Amino acid sequence: MTNYGHALREGFAYLLRNHPETFTIGQGLWSPWYVGNSMTDLDKEFGRSRVIDTPVSELATTGAALGAALSGRRPIVIHPRVDFFILGIDQLVNQAAKWRHMFGGDVDVPLVVRAIINRGGEQGAQHSQALHSWFAHIPGLRVVMPSTPADARDLLVAASLGRDPVMFIDDRWLYELEAELPPVDPTLRLTSVKPRVDVAGTDVTLVACSYSTHLCRQAAEQLKEHGVSAEVIDLRIINPLDCSAAVESVRKTGRLLAVDGDWSTCGLAGEVIASVAERLPPSAFKAAPRRLTLPDAPAPTSKPLEKAYYFHTTEVTSTVLQLLGKK
Amino acid sequence: MNTDAYHLGRLADPAQCHEPLDLAGTPSAQLLTWLRKLVEIRCAEEKIGDEFGKAVIKCPCHLVIGQEAPAVGIAAHIRLGDRVFGAHRSHAHFLALGGTLHHLLAEVLGKDTGCSRGMGGSMHLLDRANNFFGSVPIVGATIPIATGAALAAQMDGAGGVAVSYLGDGATEEGVFHESLNFASVFKLPVIYVVENNLFSSHLHISLRQPFDSTCRFAAAHGVAWHRVDGNDTIAMARVAGNAIAAARAGAGPQLIEAVTYRWRGHVGHREDNDVGVQRKEGLSEWKKRDPIARLAQAMIASGQLTEAQFAAIGTEFRAAVDAAWQKASVDPYPPAAALLERVYSSEVRA
Repeated sequence: MTNYGHALREGFAYLLRNHPETFTIGQGLWSPWYVGNSMTDLDKEFGRSRVIDTPVSELATTGAALGAALSGRRPIVIHPRVDFFILGIDQLVNQAAKWRHMFGGDVDVPLVVRAIINRGGEQGAQHSQALHSWFAHIPGLRVVMPSTPADARDLLVAASLGRDPVMFIDDRWLYELEAELPPVDPTLRLTSVKPRVDVAGTDVTLVACSYSTHLCRQAAEQLKEHGVSAEVIDLRIINPLDCSAAVESVRKTGRLLAVDGDWSTCGLAGEVIASVAERLPPSAFKAAPRRLTLPDAPAPTSKPLEKAYYFHTTEVTSTVLQLLGKK
Repeated sequence: MNTDAYHLGRLADPAQCHEPLDLAGTPSAQLLTWLRKLVEIRCAEEKIGDEFGKAVIKCPCHLVIGQEAPAVGIAAHIRLGDRVFGAHRSHAHFLALGGTLHHLLAEVLGKDTGCSRGMGGSMHLLDRANNFFGSVPIVGATIPIATGAALAAQMDGAGGVAVSYLGDGATEEGVFHESLNFASVFKLPVIYVVENNLFSSHLHISLRQPFDSTCRFAAAHGVAWHRVDGNDTIAMARVAGNAIAAARAGAGPQLIEAVTYRWRGHVGHREDNDVGVQRKEGLSEWKKRDPIARLAQAMIASGQLTEAQFAAIGTEFRAAVDAAWQKASVDPYPPAAALLERVYSSEVRA
């Protein structure tokens, strides 16, 4: 069994071992604790010229990685917290995401920006954000949100070996999740990765990504005890957003709950509901679609406020029961 | 050896540096090549300005008239494998490296035959076959990108360099300082070329910075710096050659401050005499520091060029620009499908 954090490390090691044009760069890469167990001792195994720790310069580091990506390399930029990457966002949103289109369509940008969601623990407003809906708004930027150890490893590898810029966001609340990993498929590319039905069901459709998918899988187990058969769809990639699996599922179940560990307004959950709703007739719905998200407030530090801020499996379960009129 | 990293001195005085250039024994064929390139750029820019004034060209164009020399001096030392990045005012950078008039004019018209297939316009130029890896108008944005291209060149170990063109305004962006520090720590083969034309948009440098020379930032970050009269093509090429050779040899990052002046406004075809402090007073004097006239007069005075030959070069390039313009004018626009097909490598939204 391999946990999510170690699976990420396996992805990095696979790339560094098999693809000499790959390298990683960012703050904390020579530290044992910045990025959990996801990159332990990579610098010792592959050398500090390919696992590069940097000055405290998110913007220049991200831009430098873009420049290297335009020059035949496959860099992976590491931002140990997505909050700090806001300082580097111009190079991803204004530059990397747009270079193919605004230069005519032929410019490959094999750049991965990997940022970590590191919430809870009373860390507060500037150490706990998710922000993936922001990035998913940007045409040209692929946004990857893995929910399983296998996806953590394999989508990282596929992202790095592709031709477009990728925002790869992993969540430290998943790092202890374990699974058996098959061998790496060296031919996998993000263009062939589709949403996956993680749990099959008939009564209600739960759509999520990353840690929220994990909660939905657990909620589906709890719901069985209430006699409810829930279908769980893991989006895996949220830009370009493929809602076809969600549409087909809701056509069957007639009920939709979008679950997202980000804010509500202009967020992923609302986008999922809109995308499904505009592709089905009103008669397809047995109940109004619902979403479960973070409250529209910055993350608090105080213990009781933090408890109220984050939702867990029980909230997913109870929201589904409300949707079904059972509570 | 100049040791004052804070002050431009006489280079910023519009009454100075009007004299014909010191040709410094440069071979005649080399001089003629440079003169022809300067004239080609000037003719292209005047045409673009004219058509912009008639609103035939609509995309924002930042004309380089008056400050053509730095691009020609740098391009003289760029070779295959090097990567050059521009900014908002990059028509000269593109043409000096070998980009064609037709590719440039088609691009500013938004045609599928342009250097960026009509997707970029004046502010997004690309010509990788001639080592020009892209220009963008977000101020300072290509500074870290060029720095990263230099990191890749260092990894490649083949002696390649990266060049980052920027204006004096971009030195006020934080990423400029982040990048110089980054390049200095990693000893990267990158050359930052600050085209200091004393203005950022409408604001004179005296209203934006406490000192007028940007070399002080290089000194602060341990980056070698070189200041040069940016309207002197001979000096520009000499300084560029030294800096680029040093970077190739592993001496680390270099900063060249080329002091120059633009004759037109920040954007568009007008001179904008009435816009900005000191602009009205300076422009007529600065026109006497014309990089083309100073090179041509020195060549004529030394018997390497006649007035008639000089005039013929202008005639030749005005005709070449007109021919490229005629062709670009009838070229097709990008197909409608380009809007979505060029977003990702091979996927549109399901």
